[in-house]
Amino acid sequence: MYEHPGRELPDRTLPQIHAEVAAGALADAGLSLDDVDAYYSAGDAPGFGALSMAEYLGLDLTYIDDTETGGSAYLVHVQHAAAAIAAGQVNVALITLAGKPRTGGAGPGGSARFSSAPEASFENQFGMSVPGGYALAAARHMHEFGTTSEQLAEVKVAASTHAQHNPNAFLQDVVTVDEVVSSPMISDPLHRLDCCVITDGGGALVLVSEAVAASLNRHCVPVLGTGTAIKHTSGGRIDLTHTGATRSGPLAFAEAGVTPADIDYVSIYDSFTITVLMTLEDLGFCAKGGGGSFVSDGALQAPNGVLPFNTDGGGLCNNHPANRGGMTKVVEAVRQLRGEAHPAVQVPDCELALAHGTGGSLATRMGSATLVMGRSA
Amino acid sequence: MSEPGTFGLPVPPPTVNLETQRFWDATREGRLELPRCDDCGDVVWYPREHCGPLGDSSVTWFEASGRGTVYSCTVTRRIGGSWRAATPFVLAYVELEEGPRVLTNIVGCDPETVHIGQAVQAVFDPTPDGPALLRFTPA
Ligand SMILES: [Zn+2]
Repeated sequence: MYEHPGRELPDRTLPQIHAEVAAGALADAGLSLDDVDAYYSAGDAPGFGALSMAEYLGLDLTYIDDTETGGSAYLVHVQHAAAAIAAGQVNVALITLAGKPRTGGAGPGGSARFSSAPEASFENQFGMSVPGGYALAAARHMHEFGTTSEQLAEVKVAASTHAQHNPNAFLQDVVTVDEVVSSPMISDPLHRLDCCVITDGGGALVLVSEAVAASLNRHCVPVLGTGTAIKHTSGGRIDLTHTGATRSGPLAFAEAGVTPADIDYVSIYDSFTITVLMTLEDLGFCAKGGGGSFVSDGALQAPNGVLPFNTDGGGLCNNHPANRGGMTKVVEAVRQLRGEAHPAVQVPDCELALAHGTGGSLATRMGSATLVMGRSA
Repeated sequence: MSEPGTFGLPVPPPTVNLETQRFWDATREGRLELPRCDDCGDVVWYPREHCGPLGDSSVTWFEASGRGTVYSCTVTRRIGGSWRAATPFVLAYVELEEGPRVLTNIVGCDPETVHIGQAVQAVFDPTPDGPALLRFTPA
């Protein structure tokens, strides 16, 4: 796996960043582009998507997958790659993400594609920003469960205590609850510091068969359980207080044969602080509605919190390439399992890690994906 | 973006298609028409010619009350593009009396006073092309 160190890349094209992260991940594994027989990309890949990128990268493929669920797509790709490898159809799978929303505009997300969606004229006419949508979920969560802005701020505080150790992090300053709740209000109840950063960058993952893994001189992390679920507005019956993790989580735990209590480290997609809080509830790390008290008192802070999370600083502080945070969630979970996280935030004896992605919006439709990974094969 | 509408918010024209023509035509007359599933009785949102869970079921259109309550709301204070000039404005989900939760704006009031559970009534905010956007004002 590989994470691009850059956060502002004005002198790179989008395909170049895909190529850089592909090369980085393959070098990390001790493989080359010639070894890749399966390639996965999502909506951040321009043109024909995986087909265009495969041509640009010079890949010779017998397996290709463009599944698009927004920022969670890369975890869905891991699930699909693991299944294809288990079926004997794939030996070396490559997944890439790249984007430059900071210096290059929104990228190929496809405004035409979204404006032709059946829901478009019933949502786009009302000024729903991304923070605005997540704010609707946060406001309802507060209404039903008494969640407070100070509790949401604890999520950002934990991320910032981790980011201080990451020299590549976009934001490296430790912040306090007071600083979060006194930062400018973007869309009530979400403040500026409840929101993730906007950065360029990217990342890539390589998944291999057990036979290939045995030939590599690199610590390979096994995928033990995977789960994907979607949640949408259900014909006008949306419930804003939960995410698709209520279904993707149990699927991944069941396949891995573990429970939330067994997990040593979690990477939770943190587009906003509320995303983390609701996801932790939905994955079963605390009761529904109990997220606010769960994240208090440093529970998420590595290395000694009850449930260390996002030790790279996450989307809230480190990076959010292509406005899609799923890839880097997997990358940091792999670092933790390999014992290669920063020493200040490395979880001791990290044997089981969970990565979770949320794509789309809490306010409308989302793809949720959960991975449980172990330390050794 | 064109001039703001009656309530000071942008009024981008919707894309009208065969499935939504009836909904948008009614808004021109200040009426809220919605499709109700002939099988399960659910009112379907966004408007379409079938009911989600049953797939190929038919619907019958009817005139809805326009009454609802705020299911969730947020005062958007910072946003880019054509909406910047309209801040602060209220983005909300309103739960209609007939069931569906619809994404909308609450208008015609002080944004700071809008709250979850508040009773609201539909208003129709005309776009330059004729169809009107379904917004709500305190009842
Ligand atoms: Zn029905």
